[in-house]
Amino acid sequence: MGLEFAFWIMAVVMVGAAFAVLYLRNVFHAALALVLCFIAVAGIYVTLSADFLAAVQILVYVGAISVLIILGVMMTREVQKGNPVNKMRLPAAIVAVVLLGILVYVVTSTPWGISTQDPLTPTTMPLATKLFSENGFILPVEIGAVLLLAAILGAIVIIREKKK
Amino acid sequence: MLADYGLIGLFFVVAILFSLVMVIIPIALRYLKIIPSNPNPIKESIFECGMETTGKTWVQFNFHYYFYALVFLALDVLVVFLYPWAVQLKQLGPFGLYVVLILVFIVFVGYIYAWKKKALEWK
Repeated sequence: MGLEFAFWIMAVVMVGAAFAVLYLRNVFHAALALVLCFIAVAGIYVTLSADFLAAVQILVYVGAISVLIILGVMMTREVQKGNPVNKMRLPAAIVAVVLLGILVYVVTSTPWGISTQDPLTPTTMPLATKLFSENGFILPVEIGAVLLLAAILGAIVIIREKKK
Repeated sequence: MLADYGLIGLFFVVAILFSLVMVIIPIALRYLKIIPSNPNPIKESIFECGMETTGKTWVQFNFHYYFYALVFLALDVLVVFLYPWAVQLKQLGPFGLYVVLILVFIVFVGYIYAWKKKALEWK
């Protein structure tokens, strides 16, 4: 009962924040609404007993991605003006409607299997065993580190001054 | 387990209510004519946050800041890997330690490269 109540609050906040991102004229306010949306998604993860995923959502999305987006907003020239309407409005609307149709079709037509087992809580410890123990996913973890290395190198390339 | 998260939810509710009440109290007191209202220019000036601004407050920031945001993002994702390892430190033993050392080393190669390339210096 309480869980369902929490889910509906999170869902309403999430959808409301997403609409705020779309309709707020000020890009900075839209970025803040996006952060609220991320927090609500973390709440949804908690109601699904995915506590580690919720912590990651807070840490990475609310913590880092939002910093990235807000810094991006700070680098734009006209924050208050927002996005001016351009010629791509109609094609964008068509693509959005098609995407929505595909998503709704897939979600409603998929036979979702519901497990009869109780969810595993807390999830962090079994996850650590899966990732770092001797017969765990060692190689994917190290490949993930290589991906992070590539991200840092990409950041260096972005800020490097062009050679004269 | 989930009840603990209920407390976090309660914390959010209290935080929202607290900030709303703090905004509503002066408005309500003004409305009930408990506090007098005779504004003057000094009262209405922005004195809390230092000086008055010159020019626009929404200036365009230097794009060099973006590098720090990107590196922060990369290290943040690294922390996501370190966190479950730290929780299960004893059970994983030395093998887990070696795995994490390799993980951190790979990411630090990028950090050292940035240092050598003088990307961390402000020009």
